Parts: sequence; structure tokens; C-alpha cells
Amino acid sequence: MTDIEQAAPAEPVLPAWEYAPAPESTEIVRLRETYGLFIGGEFVEPMSGVSFPTISPATEEELAVVAEAGQADVDAAVGAARSAHERHWRDLPGAERAKYLYRIARQIQERAREFAVLESMNGGKPIKESRDVDVPLAAAHFFYYAGWADKLEYAFPHVVPRPVGVAGQIIPWNFPLLMAAWKIAPALAAGNTVVLKPAETTPLTALLLAEVIQQADMPPGVVNVVTGAGATGAALVNAPVDKIAFTGSTEVGKQIQRAIAGTGRRLTLELGGKAANIVFEDAPIDQAVEGVINGIFFNQGHVCCAGSRLLVQEPIFEELLERLKARLGTLRLGDPLDKNTDIGAINSRAQLTKIQELVASGVGEGALMYQPPCELPERGFWFAPTLFTGVSQSHRIAREEIFGPVLSVLTFRTPEEAVEKANNTPFGLSAGVWTEKGSRILWMAERLRAGVVWANTFNRFDPASPFGGYKESGFGREGGLHGLEPYLHLEGRP
Amino acid sequence: MTTDDRLSVRRTAKLFIGGAFPRSESGRSYEVLGPGGAVISHAALASRKDLREAVVAARAAFPGWSGATAYLRGQVLYRVAELMEGRRAQFESELAEAGAVGPARGVSAAIDRWVWYAGWADKIAQVAGGSNAVAGPYFNFSVPEPTGIVGIVAPADQALLGLVSRLAPAIVSGNTAVVLASEPHPSPAVTLAEVLATSDVPAGVVNVLTGRTAELLPWLAGHMDVNGLDLSWCPADLAADVEAVAAENVKRVHRAPDVDPFDARAQSPYEVTAFMETKTVWHPMGA
Repeated sequence: MTDIEQAAPAEPVLPAWEYAPAPESTEIVRLRETYGLFIGGEFVEPMSGVSFPTISPATEEELAVVAEAGQADVDAAVGAARSAHERHWRDLPGAERAKYLYRIARQIQERAREFAVLESMNGGKPIKESRDVDVPLAAAHFFYYAGWADKLEYAFPHVVPRPVGVAGQIIPWNFPLLMAAWKIAPALAAGNTVVLKPAETTPLTALLLAEVIQQADMPPGVVNVVTGAGATGAALVNAPVDKIAFTGSTEVGKQIQRAIAGTGRRLTLELGGKAANIVFEDAPIDQAVEGVINGIFFNQGHVCCAGSRLLVQEPIFEELLERLKARLGTLRLGDPLDKNTDIGAINSRAQLTKIQELVASGVGEGALMYQPPCELPERGFWFAPTLFTGVSQSHRIAREEIFGPVLSVLTFRTPEEAVEKANNTPFGLSAGVWTEKGSRILWMAERLRAGVVWANTFNRFDPASPFGGYKESGFGREGGLHGLEPYLHLEGRP
Repeated sequence: MTTDDRLSVRRTAKLFIGGAFPRSESGRSYEVLGPGGAVISHAALASRKDLREAVVAARAAFPGWSGATAYLRGQVLYRVAELMEGRRAQFESELAEAGAVGPARGVSAAIDRWVWYAGWADKIAQVAGGSNAVAGPYFNFSVPEPTGIVGIVAPADQALLGLVSRLAPAIVSGNTAVVLASEPHPSPAVTLAEVLATSDVPAGVVNVLTGRTAELLPWLAGHMDVNGLDLSWCPADLAADVEAVAAENVKRVHRAPDVDPFDARAQSPYEVTAFMETKTVWHPMGA
């Protein structure tokens, strides 16, 4: 834009500021040494007798020891949920259910800082994200669905809405509290009871939410939380629940769909993605650069709808690439609890290994890797912001979900080619379009086979906005009126 | 059925793929039996390869059909009803041969069902979509869009009304379909295909296969280019295996409420949205 930038395009747009450390205090978080399972309104020791440590991925320090639920524990949780559903919750007037959900929303707001700090400690995400995105949205979700609890008759015309029953809900580690809210709030509003299984690496905010639910005087058994790894999730899938809601990888989603085949149980899946972020030559370039950076580096790229494939129209490829490289150099990687941090820790060693393996495949297949100078902390799990050019559509880094801070850059000439490339994937969760031309936005939005299309923005979420995938990114929607449907039987009025 | 002395000209019942009426590439056919067990006709016995051809035809038809205006799709479905009315006698006689009680009522209900669903073409988006009040300076709206290719198992009985009750809601939104016709009573589906071929329904939007459900359905369920599966009438002994292979590409599996096809609850906009995806679009607002 300016002469200075054109003269020295590889230089950062801003001077390289030095930032003093600005760590958020962890004093507000009162960690227990051990956590039990939340079943029937109480924290109980697991019958399995097994527990596992949960750590901070930024320091590898143990934060607490958490129970690992076995089949008997899961069955007990499902039993508690069943009992709560049949004895109390399904018959409670919607207006009363609403008030419980409003209480939870308010308590999350009251304890927002505690939730945010704990989320960043346990998951490694930057505090500015957990503080400004995860926790406020989690509260908003409960507040939004609270209002539906006594208005279900107005949501779906000409049917009698009836709760499905007991929902088994399995959530991932990338937005631990927010995903818990996405799952629990609509289920409860619709009159179901739930058994939630948080991810193995990030159980702590779900357990804090359980404490909030307990303090809200929620009837025992309406919400149950069983911690553990894949085996606990499998136990929940095999338990006598009426509905499974899963957010996670496409591979596991398919396993679950197979596991419940022929049982008649309800299922919604929110799975992986490989979103195209498409920048046309007339795009507002400053916003596009920020949108592309946000699209892939938000939450270290641990986002199913991340804009992991950048499609740039050829005339602006060089310019956009230089700007992106410059912007990469200004991203601050480090302590998740530092308020200046842009890129926190990779969630786990296993995920780091997966990212490293896929990045190595990108180099091996002949793509050109760029990483800015970036000092990684000695302890913990870290990966520098990375972009690849010279990527072809057949490369693994253009096809597989990396779930890390790695951007693959491809180019296109015509809108038709952009659509073709964007849709050339088994996934279909999200897409981004950057252009000043309104008719082109709508033309693109219509043709992109993806559940969410962000035009001149990216990675926006709201409880009123339905979210979910096309194709192998899953089925069912979360958010909005659409998010109630998976939790209701809609029987036609005679 | 002829009343004069001449020998009648019998129909060869064929498959309906991509707007054409081929025999099965396998060269096979099977006997269709009347209520008394006598052979009343033959039907093509579709193969796995025929099924793949049908999916290819359905995929080829999808961009045009889903991209057509809703008004046009509504008129095309209405046209199906118009032409069915002209073939009433044939449908009634085929249903009678299939042992249906009150075939005239079944034909009338099937025609009316096309008319009812035709009207949804340009209304479903207003019922199932809209703008969303997000907490920020964005215009945010959701629209329902067709899922893609839908595989449909027609009921063994209610060979016309049962089939139309599954097919019309699937295609009115812009999906294309591959139908496995009633195995014991395929004739009404074959005649419906002949109606569709002359009703301005673009070639490939509906493809009808006659044959063995147990032979074809697992391949339909496992096909990686089929996006949805209507198993409302899937034989119970096949359901678990079929659903398991459907998971390979995360197919949308749907079962309609178990109600009599003559019941008013057998037609519903939720049968249309069962094979639609919700797309949500965000755009910032600013001067």
C-alpha cells in the first residue's frame, strides 16, 4: 500500500515491538489434587479404580489427577441420567428448565476469569482467546438455549416436540468448555438429560462446569460428566443412551456411525474439515491478511473449520504472500497465560507428532515451507507458524486435516476454478471468501459445499448461528433453532 | 385388457437410468407374480453395474437440477401429477395386479402427494431458513440446500404411493435420486419412470432400478458418491449392515415416521429437510 512496504516487502508492516511479559495470574484457579466423576449430582470415585494425570501442555507440569471412567462408571452415569429424565426433567415445565440454564449462563459469566485461566492452563490456548472467545460464547450458548426451553412449540411448525431422552455427548480438546456448552445447552433446553465425556487432555473446565451446575441446584443426574480417553467414549457409545452427539475426527465419527448402525439411536456428527479461504484480487487486502492469519492460526489451528487451504487469485499471489510472511513474523508464540500471546501451546505431544509428521510429508512431497524466525520454549509442546507454497491439490497437506498452525497456499485464476478447488475435498465444514464484489460473494456462497461460509470475515461463531458440515464433515447442526432438532422427536400432529 | 380380437402388445419393463430405458447390462430379468402366484410379467434384474451407472447419471444431473429455480422445480413436480392423472387406468390395473386394496384411492393419493410437495419447492427455504440475530455487526443467514444424491428403498407394498411419498420430498429440493423399486411389485415404479421421462424431469434426476433389494442395497449404501439414504422401507434384516457401510462416507440416513401412507402425517416438510443441509453465511456490516 505504501512506498515503504513496496520497497521492502519482506519487512514487518510494524516495527518489531518488544513486549514485556504480561502473564495472567493463576491464583484465581483453585485446583484440586484429584477429580472424581460427576454422576448423579455428586463427585464420586471411579469404580474402575483408575485415574490419570492431566497436564499443562505449555510446561508439561501435572495439574491434577482425574478419574478414568470404565464401562460400569459410564453405565452408572447413564442410569443417573435416565432416572433424572424419567422422574423429573422431562416433565418439568419448560420455563423452569429455562431458569436452570439461565443460572448456569450467569455463573459462567461470574466466574469467567477462572474459567478462562483454567482453560488456558489445561489446553494451552492463549488467554486472550479463552477470555474473549471461549468463555463468553459458552455463557452466551446457555443464555440463548435457556430462552428456547419454554418455546419449543413455536420452533417447529405442526409437530409435537418431545425430548429424545438421554444424550451421550463426546467432545474434543480444542474448545473444551465451549464444546461442552454447545452440547449441554440445547440438550437440556429440549428436555433431555446428558452424559458428557470431555477430551482426555482437557477435562478440567468441564469438571468446573459440573461444579457450577451443582451450585445451580440442578436436579441430580440431569448432567453427568465422565472423564477418560477413547475407551470411555466407546463405553458411552455402547451404553443405553438414546442419542449420541460427537465432535471430533472424521475417522472416529465413522466408527461411531458404524457402531450404532441398526440400533435406531439418533446421531449427530461434527467432524473434520479442510476449509478453503479464497482471496480474490479485488479483496480488501489488509482485512484479508488478518482474516487469513486468524483463519489458520486462531487456537494454534486446532479448529475443525480452520481456513487451512488458502486459495489466492494469481494476480495478487506475490503481494499477499509477502504480506502474510511479514505478518507471520509478528505473531507472538509462547506462554498461553501471557495476554500478548498469539500462538499458545500445541494441545498434546500426540498432536504435535501428528503435525510434525504431516509437515514433513509436505516437505517430502516437494512443497516449499516457510517459517518465520521463532524461538520455541524448551519445555512443552510447540510448533512455529508455518506456511507452504508450491502446494498441489494431491499433496497430503492439501487434503488431510493437520489441525495445527500450518497453512497451505494454492492459487486459482477464475471463480469457477476457485469453486472447483475449494470443493475438491471429502470435507465440507466451512469456507471463506474475500472480495469487494457483492454479487460474487453470493455466487460463491451458493456454490461452496460447506456448512458455514464466511465472507470478508472468518472464524465467527454465535449461539444463534447454525454450525455444522456437509459431506464427511458430519451431519446435524449446532446453534440456532436448527441446533434443537437433534434433541427432539418431532411427531406430526394428527 | 384388450376387448378386441387382436393380440395385445406387451410392455417390456426396463430400468430407467439417465433418462433412458436400458435393459440390465447383465441381461437378467425376473418373474413378477400376481396375487395368485401366476407369472404376470417380467422385470429387469438390475446389477451392481447398473446401479453404478444410475449413480453416475444422478451425479451428472445434480448441478442442473439443484441449480434450477425453485419455481421451475415446483412446476416440474406438478407436471408429474398432471401426467399421472392421464395414466390412471394403467396405474390402477398394475396396483390391482399387485394385490392392492382400493387401487384407485392409492393412485389419487399418489397424484395429490406430487401436487403437495410441488408447492414446497419455493417455500421450504422460508420455513427452514432465515436470518440469525448474532451478537455483532454481521448479516448472518441460513439457507437449506439439497444434500446431493439420495438412495431410496421403495416399500415392497404400497408400490406407488409409498414410493412417491419417499421420492417427491427428496427431489423437490434439488436432490437427485436412485430408487430401488418394490421387488415383488415393480410395475408401478416402471410406469412412474415412464411418466417421469415425459414430465420435464431432467434426465438423471430420478433413476429407477428393479431387482433384488438385498442384492443392490448394500452397494447403494456403500457407494462413495451417494450422500443420503432413505431407509424408511429398508428390510429389517438388512438395516444394520447397510447402515454400517453407509458410514464410510458419513451418509445421512433417514427413516420417516412409521405411519400409514394415507395418513395426513405421511406428508411433511420435515421429509424435505431430511435430505437438506443448512448453510450459514456471514458478512460484516459497515458503511
